[in-house]
Amino acid sequence: MQSEVIMAGFGGQGIMLIGKILAYAGMEEGKEVSWLPSYGPEMRGGTANCTVVLSDQPIGSPVVDSPFGLVVLNRPSLDRFAPNLKRNGILIINKSLIDVLSPREDVDTVYIPCNDIAMECGTGKAANMVALGAYIGRSQIVKLETVYEQIKSQFSGNQKLISLNMAALKKGYDLSKKDQTSV
Amino acid sequence: MAKKLMKGCEALGEAAIQAGCLHFFGYPITPQTEVPEYLSRRLPEVGGVYVQAESEVAASNMIYGCAAAGVRVFTSSSSPGISLMAEAVSYMAGSQLPVVIVNIVRGGPGLGGILPAQSDYWQATRGIGHGDFRVIVLAPSTVQEAADLMIEAFDLADQYRNPVMIIGDGIIGQMMEPVEFKKREKKQLPEKIWAASGAKGRAANKIHSLFLDPVKLEQHNIFLKKKYDEVEKNEQRFELYNTEKPYDLLIVAYGTMARICKTSIALLQEENISIGLARPISLYPYPYKAIQEAARKAKQVLVVELSMGQMIDDVRLAVEGQRPVHFYGRSGGMVPSPEEVCRELKRILAQKT
Repeated sequence: MQSEVIMAGFGGQGIMLIGKILAYAGMEEGKEVSWLPSYGPEMRGGTANCTVVLSDQPIGSPVVDSPFGLVVLNRPSLDRFAPNLKRNGILIINKSLIDVLSPREDVDTVYIPCNDIAMECGTGKAANMVALGAYIGRSQIVKLETVYEQIKSQFSGNQKLISLNMAALKKGYDLSKKDQTSV
Repeated sequence: MAKKLMKGCEALGEAAIQAGCLHFFGYPITPQTEVPEYLSRRLPEVGGVYVQAESEVAASNMIYGCAAAGVRVFTSSSSPGISLMAEAVSYMAGSQLPVVIVNIVRGGPGLGGILPAQSDYWQATRGIGHGDFRVIVLAPSTVQEAADLMIEAFDLADQYRNPVMIIGDGIIGQMMEPVEFKKREKKQLPEKIWAASGAKGRAANKIHSLFLDPVKLEQHNIFLKKKYDEVEKNEQRFELYNTEKPYDLLIVAYGTMARICKTSIALLQEENISIGLARPISLYPYPYKAIQEAARKAKQVLVVELSMGQMIDDVRLAVEGQRPVHFYGRSGGMVPSPEEVCRELKRILAQKT
């Protein structure tokens, strides 16, 4: 079984980081993984995206046109990537910054106010973790506990950041289990 | 060592250290800057030497000097930087110096772009610089393979006293995949008795590529040719994929493009269309015989590259006109998706042959 997800947003929103955490978690659970960043001439405020593939088999193409999952933290990313999402795929929309409905009726769309929830946890910067939590909750692609461990090692030594990010991840995870399929 | 998630560029840097190379001279350029970045941190930790040169011209001449002293050394760059190194590569081949050069290819010509490409195939496989010489060229398609081939590259360089190039596209450099550095047996390699390592108690070794006497230069050329013959006999590397069962068409692709084609092959399998893949790993020496044999089992051949068509020349040489050879390529940093390659495959298969 193979599962691909594209994560996209503004540069500075922590898109690359949540992709890496997912890839690390997949590797820890014994899966084949690849993490491919967009590395165009971008800057803070520009667009950023990465493609993560998790698979039971050696991964063929790390380049993915139509992924199973899509996590979008801003509007341009939704416009760009949503049309290619696989049928019955999962679409996580950051409701805090995206004020339109999903253009797709044939996918499982989850609306999460990532920035607002992150603010409740202590900082809007953790919006990426809320989104990652929501994707993991909805897809069950890796276990929540495995991702906790990766957060611990990514923010090694900084207890405050670890608990904040873990809380944000958990909130996103829990929210995705409830019905969030309408705005 | 446990599996670690690493960028291709970082894995190449770590692999060099694992191969016992503690000397790096280079200059930053996208998409390989993570190689010098990684080594600027890592080499001091292991007692190595890291120098950011003032240019690629300088870096390539620094590795010339370092290799002449008899120690393992490498440099890394991307397409325009490699062109600047062309002169030194020719001198190093002429002087028979073992060095490793990494080229993480970006789109060209000229300054081009910074996104993945395979448009330096001709340059790499036809010697890079002036004069009658070859560079051993290895093309990984995964981060693990990049690390493995990098370690092997140093052995090959020492064994044949010749520059070895690792060629990857921007995706190989920038992508993260799990890597494992396994303990390996040390290869028996010739002692570097030729090195300019201090002549106390012995005659001085001279390392140069200048032979003004045409008789001597021709002898040198013949000697080098014999060396390349040996390389061609012993060092061909390739992978065959999905070729056990009969197949209608053979794809020939290398590096990242070969991986994308593997996914296309899997997609078409669901529609009962059988496609084989031959992936050259050594671009020089090119696995002509393997490609020819795999092509004979198919009705036609498709070469897929991230260029306007360069490796296709070698595929044609391998196939010797016995099968039609088609081409599909994207360039400038555009990378086709597996679905895009599928569409092209179907288009070719629908044509009357």
